[in-house]
Amino acid sequence: MVNENLVKDVVKEPYKYGFVTDIETEKIAKGLNEDIVRLISQKKEEPKFLLDFRLKAFKKWQKMKEPDWAALGYKKIDYQDIIYYSAPKQKEKISSLDEVDPKLLETFDKLGIPLTEQKKLTNVAVDAVFDSVSIATTFREELAEHGVIFCSISEAVKNHSDLIEKYLGTVVPASDNYFAALNSAVFSDGSFVYIPKGVTCPMDLSSYFRINSGDSGQFERTLIIAEESSSVSYLEGCTAPMFDTNTLHAAVVELIALDDASIKYSTVQNWYAGDEEGIGGIFNFVTKRGKCLGKRSKISWSQVETGSAITWKYPSCLLLGEESVGEFYSVALTNNLQQADTGTKMIHIGPKTKSTIVSKGISAGKSINSYRGLVKMGTKATGSRNYSQCDSMLIGDQASANTFPYIKSQQPNSEIEHEASTCRISEDQLFYLQSRGIEFEEAVSMMVSGFCRDVFNQLPMEFAAEADKLLALKLEGSVG
Amino acid sequence: MKESDPILEVENLSASTDNLPILKGVSLTVYPGEIHAIMGRNGCGKSTLSKIIAGHPSYNITNGDIKFLGENINSLEPEDRAQSGIFLGFQYPIEIPGVSNLEFLRVSTNARRKFLNKEELDTFDFEELVKEKLEIVKMDHAFLSRSVNQGFSGGEKKRNEILQMALLEPKIAILDETDSGLDIDALRIVASGIKKISNAQTGIILITHYQRLLDEIKPNYVHVMSDGQIIKTGDSNLALKLEEKGYEWTDNFIKET
Repeated sequence: MVNENLVKDVVKEPYKYGFVTDIETEKIAKGLNEDIVRLISQKKEEPKFLLDFRLKAFKKWQKMKEPDWAALGYKKIDYQDIIYYSAPKQKEKISSLDEVDPKLLETFDKLGIPLTEQKKLTNVAVDAVFDSVSIATTFREELAEHGVIFCSISEAVKNHSDLIEKYLGTVVPASDNYFAALNSAVFSDGSFVYIPKGVTCPMDLSSYFRINSGDSGQFERTLIIAEESSSVSYLEGCTAPMFDTNTLHAAVVELIALDDASIKYSTVQNWYAGDEEGIGGIFNFVTKRGKCLGKRSKISWSQVETGSAITWKYPSCLLLGEESVGEFYSVALTNNLQQADTGTKMIHIGPKTKSTIVSKGISAGKSINSYRGLVKMGTKATGSRNYSQCDSMLIGDQASANTFPYIKSQQPNSEIEHEASTCRISEDQLFYLQSRGIEFEEAVSMMVSGFCRDVFNQLPMEFAAEADKLLALKLEGSVG
Repeated sequence: MKESDPILEVENLSASTDNLPILKGVSLTVYPGEIHAIMGRNGCGKSTLSKIIAGHPSYNITNGDIKFLGENINSLEPEDRAQSGIFLGFQYPIEIPGVSNLEFLRVSTNARRKFLNKEELDTFDFEELVKEKLEIVKMDHAFLSRSVNQGFSGGEKKRNEILQMALLEPKIAILDETDSGLDIDALRIVASGIKKISNAQTGIILITHYQRLLDEIKPNYVHVMSDGQIIKTGDSNLALKLEEKGYEWTDNFIKET
């Protein structure tokens, strides 16, 4: 086959973000029981309602079974072998960035997310989360002038507990699924966003999640509330060091959009994926859901999933408000022995609701890439429409792709449209590009970007460029 | 390297795919300014020869050499051959969904320019260059914004090939049945395009079944291939004779040899 040696060389291309920060951390003992849940809540000095929320979730989780319906195979997770709270040791109260451990700042610098006043990104506010805690959030004062709240969720629990109590768990109830219940019991930190009525958030907001320690899980929780006629664009990035063990990441993201509000949530997920033998890598079990509560509200998910050994993720929209809109644009790339089971759910409840799904799955190496999606039209969803397009691209002859679209309609006066395709990068296509002087690697990435164009067009500009580069990097040498 | 040195030397070349011998000792030398035509029945190895010269990975050279500008290129990657000035016009140009024709042409042109130590062109400068070249093949600007060859008619695909040749300015162009599937007008456009692009420093190999292309572009040499070998070489009259008598006539040559 084509360039066998080249292939072997570049698959070994190191994961750029695989370093570990040597920092003193505070960890609690391994294992999970009611006392651990209480301990986490106590460490975070939480109000009673939140401790109750956690305990209730924990009780539910204990009665639940890990789901096995996804097209994923992985060794059983030992939940008693995980540390549920790990935080870098810092001064008790940090009043400014100057007091943050320089090692942490350096870490984020290395990841391309400078946090200090002099170097911080100018067009985007960043909340940086390191293992279980939020390290810093930039541009807070500037955002506050517009009434926008952007802080860690722990801080929101302290300063805006009314909002937390009102909305937490209203989109993804603790009993929603096994991993959501686990997260609800032990979540450590994450981001909180509140956009007041009529405000268009003056800059993009971004959270950057960094897993550093090898034996602790990461359970972050994000809550975004967009009041009437407000709008926000939120970006999420993630990386982790290379360990030969698997690390569990089980996050919950809840979005709420009121009348005429719009939330755009973009993710570039680049957790460590394990090596070419499938050793190590993140187990990524994530529940993301948005509720279009208000009339004409809109929630748009766009995701570029390139990392993790296992991805189990279905960012969804509950379309309650009349004429509300849900969107899902996804590129999922798997290589080597990665497995991804990802897609979306569009639940049309209100009348004249609209949803669009565009999913592009790329499988290379020996990976398995599945799209799983549900489109449901409820009894009141009269005049509602859905359009779905699911395309798969296979690279090499050992990868596989699946598509599992579920359609449930209880409303005859609604439209559902589904298109699907599968293609393979052929030797002839590669040869054609090469015979025009285009390098092998560039030829592959040109074809992959071409395949993903519809989705990249939906990403914020700087993200789209990053995604393009990331895909090229991940695919280097995967065609053999 | 003198100007009179050969551009391409194929020496006693044998090649196979999946252990099946396709070429069985082909020799061919092309000097600057020469036009060679290769004719022969389907399956005689004409297309294979062109693909092997361009470096297609599906074929193994089992014997012999390919030299380009005096250098052996047997194990050179296809992209390196292209950058150094070998151009293959495809019989069936490949469709590449999602990749814009303009971007493809620009990346490809820049790869060749980089090799020639010429400045690479940005989007604006490239637009200027491509506009000029579009004239040669009478193509509409709208072709540039479409995906590479996707949804192109047969004639459009072939003109797109000649457009690429015009942009890459190769030392040698091997045009594999560029005339097949073209109507009379398109054939004229393609033929006049090829003539405009070629000059006293370039070599051309035309693989064809039909005299009508050779009426437009008169070859210096005509080679007849059969069963992986060149069995007869002559001047342009050989093609006329073939047109008249058909390939059956050439079967006798095989018996003779």
